[in-house]
Amino acid sequence: MAGSTLTIKDLHVEIDGKEILKGVNLEIKGGEIHAIMGPNGTGKSTLSSAIMGHPKYEVTSGNITLDDQNVLEMEVDERARAGLFLAMQYPSEINGVTNADFLRSALNSRLGEGNEISLMKFIRKMDKQMEFLEMDLDMAQRYLNEGFSGGEKKRNEILQLMMLEPKIAILDEIDSGLDIDALKVVSKGINQMRGEEFGCLVITHYQRLLNYITPDYVHVMMQGRIVKSGGPELAQRLEAEGYDWIKQELGIEDETVGQEA
Amino acid sequence: MTTETNLSFDKDFVRSFSKEMNEPAWMEEFRVNAFELSETLPMPRPDKTKIDKWNFTQFDHHTVKSEAFTSIAVLPEEVKALIGDESATKNLYIQRNQTPAYISLSEDLKAQGVIFTDIITAVREHSELVQKYLLTEAVKTDEHRLIAFHAALINGGAFLYIPKNIEIKEPIHSIYLHDDADTNLFNHVIVVADDNSSVTYVENYLSTLESANGVFNIVTEVIAKAGAKVQYGAVDTLAKGVTTYVNRRGSAGRDARIDWALGLMNEGNTISENTTNLVGDGAYGDTKTVVVGRGEQTQNFTTKVVHFGKNTEGYILKHGVMKDSASSIFNGIGHILHGASKSNAEQESRVLMLSEKARGDANPILLIDEDDVTAGHAASVGRVDPVQLYYLMSRGIPKKEAERLVIHGFLAPVVNQLPIEGVKQQLTAVIERKVR
Repeated sequence: MAGSTLTIKDLHVEIDGKEILKGVNLEIKGGEIHAIMGPNGTGKSTLSSAIMGHPKYEVTSGNITLDDQNVLEMEVDERARAGLFLAMQYPSEINGVTNADFLRSALNSRLGEGNEISLMKFIRKMDKQMEFLEMDLDMAQRYLNEGFSGGEKKRNEILQLMMLEPKIAILDEIDSGLDIDALKVVSKGINQMRGEEFGCLVITHYQRLLNYITPDYVHVMMQGRIVKSGGPELAQRLEAEGYDWIKQELGIEDETVGQEA
Repeated sequence: MTTETNLSFDKDFVRSFSKEMNEPAWMEEFRVNAFELSETLPMPRPDKTKIDKWNFTQFDHHTVKSEAFTSIAVLPEEVKALIGDESATKNLYIQRNQTPAYISLSEDLKAQGVIFTDIITAVREHSELVQKYLLTEAVKTDEHRLIAFHAALINGGAFLYIPKNIEIKEPIHSIYLHDDADTNLFNHVIVVADDNSSVTYVENYLSTLESANGVFNIVTEVIAKAGAKVQYGAVDTLAKGVTTYVNRRGSAGRDARIDWALGLMNEGNTISENTTNLVGDGAYGDTKTVVVGRGEQTQNFTTKVVHFGKNTEGYILKHGVMKDSASSIFNGIGHILHGASKSNAEQESRVLMLSEKARGDANPILLIDEDDVTAGHAASVGRVDPVQLYYLMSRGIPKKEAERLVIHGFLAPVVNQLPIEGVKQQLTAVIERKVR
């Protein structure tokens, strides 16, 4: 079997009692890259947090499966070990824990007791990926994300992606706050991962990122649902014409969800 | 309000103990005088911790007899683990309960005039020196009941004297082993670094018992004379049920420097006071403290730097983790006296609570009686951030391991800065054991 399949069916999600996702359906298979686009406040990041199991988001109905496993019944760490990965929009800073110790701990938790990666092998692997992402090797010994610039944090998320090699990755606005050079490096990392065993969901406002990572499918999210799907040409049209034509087509006035007027 | 306490021992007991130890007459009078003071002086009042119900004075045995250790080879494993390799046994004192059980000082240091011996022997053999420094300069007998009581009943401890201009490279190490449940310890440690000398002293208070009901009353005095440097490391791991009063105080002369590295890891109720008096102009004091509280214990950690001299610098850095139902008060006091111009007092206290029932309180206090100074403080008390745990877990790290990483990370900025490598390693091992 080539890769895994993440299936999301009629997903409803609340935060602080307010419904943000109102029935999302999506299937991502190994080898595919999906992009979800949409203006601010339409529920894109909520979808990624709900898939990963962020404690503040409550799934009220619907289901998420990874192959034949029920993702919603798993703890956050179990989801990760099952093969899910979320590159976060705002990665946490953790004082006193070095990037290297953290990554080794994460890698070993996947490999399981008795199969831990040797320190030398780990260092070689980490050095190699850091060089590929044009990161300063000192960053291995810095505390996790602490004092990292926006760009460094995003690169570090991609470093983790490349080290942990998940089956399905979700990239939540990985392009926000990146200059063009950083964007190219981050895209290079994601493209390196591309293959039959790797499925990916890219969440972004901007078509810009999709110039570097060509998606197989593009979805538009509004009002907590996927309202339109298509191929890469859909992203091109959004870049050229914006979102208004979709709103008109679907008779939507306010595309946002769960926000105070 | 102080409650009336019947002390278990009387003046006659103190006299006869002093005689039994073959102490000089001045020491006998010193003890008797201290005992009288202990009957009238009030208890100390650690800020924000009520200790009226704590037992510091009632116990059965003042002295227990323990076997000495004939060689390093026969030491218990827990003690061996603290010593490290062969070279670290050159300057080593091991006290078993109250019994001096092993002592070694290199010939080289002896030849340079360094004195390192148990406190009772020091009283006999270096009477004048001890008399000069015992509760005269750093700590005073009449401060409160517990110090006076301690002075009367001193039954253990060490004396370390470094003559002028002697710089000792290798650490001097003391281990106070507690392996008899009947032990009550009145340990007195004096470290005198004469002009322009330097030394690193490391001590361990180690219980190998699971629990006991002892009373431990510990006073340490560090005298750093002009231009002297003292690095003082301590890792306390006394058992559950032991009630501890521990006062470690330093007095730094002109351009002297005292660095404290303290791992306060007792399992019982503890009142810890660590003060550095920057007496001479240009003196420097630095205190780094790491604390882990667990179980039901109540603790109070007061760290204080008092600036008497001009151009003095004092730094306090304290991180504590509270688990289970443990509760702790972290008082940090920077006090700049009138006349101590161009001085700088900085402090930072951070407490991380791991459970709903754990309690922590950080009180930063700056007392400034001089205009031309700088000072700063930072304090925080918080719980483990669920979003941090989520982030770590989202990479596959199980919750327990994620918590462990966050806790180590919280303490690491202090542990990593400890100036003594051996203390750093010991502490890391103790923390690992306690937060698991």
